Amino acid sequence: MNREFSHEGRKTLDAPGPVMINNGVVTINAANMHYRDLNLLLKTHSNLAKRINIYNVYGQRYIGTGLRNNVEIHVYGTPGNDLAAFMDGPTIYVHGNAQDGVGNTMNSGKVVVYGCAGDVVGYAMRGGRIFIRDDAGYRVGIHMKEYGEQKPVIVIGGTAQDFLGEYMAGGILVVLGLTLSHGETHKAKFVGTGMHGGIIYIRGQVTHVGKEAKITELEENDVALLKPIIEEFCSYFNFNIDEVLAGEFKKIVPLSTRPYGKLYT
Amino acid sequence: MKSYIEPEFIVKRDYEKCVKCKVCINECTYGVHYYDDKNDIIRSRDENCVNCHRCVVFCPTKAITIEKNPTQYTENSHWTREVITSIKRQAETGGAILTGMGCDKPYYTYWDKILLNASQVTNPSIDPLREPIELRTYLGAKPDKLELELENGEVLLKTKLAPQLCAEVPILFAAVSYGAVNFNVHLALARAAAELGTFMNCGEGGLDKRLYRYGDHIIVQVASGRFGVNPEYLNVGAAIEIKIGQGAKPGIGGHLPGEKVTQEIAQIRMIPVGTDALSPAPHHDIYSIEDLRQLIYALKEATDYTKPVAVKIAAVHNSAAIASGIARAGADIIVLDGVRGATGAAPKVIRDNVGIPIELALASVDQRLRDEGIRNRVSIIVSGGIRSSADVVKAIALGADAVYIGTAALVAIGCTLCQKCYTGKCPWGITTTDPQISKRLDPDVAAKRLINLVRAWSIEIKEMLGAMGINAIESLRGNREQLRGVGLTDTELKILGIKMAGE
Repeated sequence: MNREFSHEGRKTLDAPGPVMINNGVVTINAANMHYRDLNLLLKTHSNLAKRINIYNVYGQRYIGTGLRNNVEIHVYGTPGNDLAAFMDGPTIYVHGNAQDGVGNTMNSGKVVVYGCAGDVVGYAMRGGRIFIRDDAGYRVGIHMKEYGEQKPVIVIGGTAQDFLGEYMAGGILVVLGLTLSHGETHKAKFVGTGMHGGIIYIRGQVTHVGKEAKITELEENDVALLKPIIEEFCSYFNFNIDEVLAGEFKKIVPLSTRPYGKLYT
Repeated sequence: MKSYIEPEFIVKRDYEKCVKCKVCINECTYGVHYYDDKNDIIRSRDENCVNCHRCVVFCPTKAITIEKNPTQYTENSHWTREVITSIKRQAETGGAILTGMGCDKPYYTYWDKILLNASQVTNPSIDPLREPIELRTYLGAKPDKLELELENGEVLLKTKLAPQLCAEVPILFAAVSYGAVNFNVHLALARAAAELGTFMNCGEGGLDKRLYRYGDHIIVQVASGRFGVNPEYLNVGAAIEIKIGQGAKPGIGGHLPGEKVTQEIAQIRMIPVGTDALSPAPHHDIYSIEDLRQLIYALKEATDYTKPVAVKIAAVHNSAAIASGIARAGADIIVLDGVRGATGAAPKVIRDNVGIPIELALASVDQRLRDEGIRNRVSIIVSGGIRSSADVVKAIALGADAVYIGTAALVAIGCTLCQKCYTGKCPWGITTTDPQISKRLDPDVAAKRLINLVRAWSIEIKEMLGAMGINAIESLRGNREQLRGVGLTDTELKILGIKMAGE
């Protein structure tokens, strides 16, 4: 009843750009393409294609946003904000840097970035995995969640900025510090502020932790949890797992599950 | 530390009427009533009483009355009992005072200073008993102009229309989250909305899968905590609402106390059991109108541009400029929530002191959007203390497309505004997630009460429209000529855009 108005929501594809389909692999040339057209192509092809390659990506937003299947997407160039937002299933490889909002409220699937990412990676992420080879910006993993089997994972190969894991309620956030020079500490401040669930693992020195979180040493079960995650990370980026694991890891966990319980009367 | 706080209410029991059936003991969730078996008598712990009236209503012999504590501090119009009690409580706990529902202060209500017009002699009134009066309301962006084309003698609409919500009445149920209230309340609201041909907003705590079948009548909300937000949720609703602010607590985030975070709530919100569910004050991907646009379009992308996207803000000092930005950011609907807007939990100081009356915000937003020539791009829904069909009619004449009712809906199903929602012990089974207490709310009865309320208001709205000689709610929208003010200053009249009565 509420849909009485006929509505064709999308722009029609006047000039969709060259799309090639070959043996289940769809190749899209995104040069000069509006994000709406690009995403319509992705939605149209992703249910049948095994793999979609997108070339000449120049900042188009929302690539993979809301996609709900198991397609593999390779992005060549620089995707815009909200890559893989609300995504549910696909695997996206970014051959370049990503911008802000990678995996915003992502539900499942995977994002692998062969470069850096901007701010708010994995905001309110609910499931799936994000691997960033190099550095990421501010507020990475803010408000990550988990329940039961659904446990999101973010690995940042380099370092990240302030408010890492703020308000974190679940999931696993790993920062490896591989871009830091010898003896250099992570610069992130207010790590785990307001944290009330989940775990942050940091390789290297972190100097400023939010008052609702604490730094502890790893235990045996932490290593068991961490190892396969780092193995997967190394497999994408050709790092030597032994060298990565040889570094000194710390764990940051919430001090309490109710950090603000005493604030009110 | 000995508490210096005196009971706010005194429970009076008429022992001639009391049959010691213990219903009051069972009904009270705050442990007020207890049986003194030594003396075979029921007694009360007045200090626990929140004046919810559950025992009063359920006592079979009507033996109970609740009174304000007659012991008053020395009369002082500045240092009221409320002020003194607040200070004592803060001195004893060191905590910010938490409260529930909306601002309860005596000022700020402009509805009561606005009167409606009626037809007399020169333009006939319409009798709603024998003539149809149209209340159907379409919510969503309207085109700047319509392009038509003639094909084989038929006129066809060429303009592509944006997605719309079609409500049979201009009254929608406001956002109350799953967690703030229990499943039975959500179910009752969803059923009532479906039956009435209107919408319920599920709030920011996600939507139980059992309610997906009512999706065509549900507006799903996305707040900063992003609780329960996944692609399925976004696609199941009829529209999506981005919650930026709330009238009860403008500028601060959401806070569901850990007491209410049961296994069920933890699962849907994906947070640990018993932890406070925190929605940060800002969305951390929205620091500007441009960022808001980004989220609006992320949601449109995720739902293939098939659903209107609403943005809800609290009514604050510069709402008009903000609303203009929201319209330009691509929202289809703007929701304005006034200072009376309610909540399950907010710091009292914020609830009672932050925000502005909805009447003034609505008038200024509507005017601003008209002045800028973009009023058609968005629908306006107002909320925050809409108490009656008269408030609805006045709101629409001031420029709203529709209203949300939250408090009124909860009152319809039992709420008595005791303001203790945050304790999670609501004896009426509304703002509690305790499985036992939640059973008190029968979803069938509650849905029936909600349907009755909206039906009753619809009849009254038709009566008022007919009296004005108007036969469609559309003709009332922004029709401020139907309004007159009493007891208002020139500035107030100017902002409301209405004339003084007699003019």
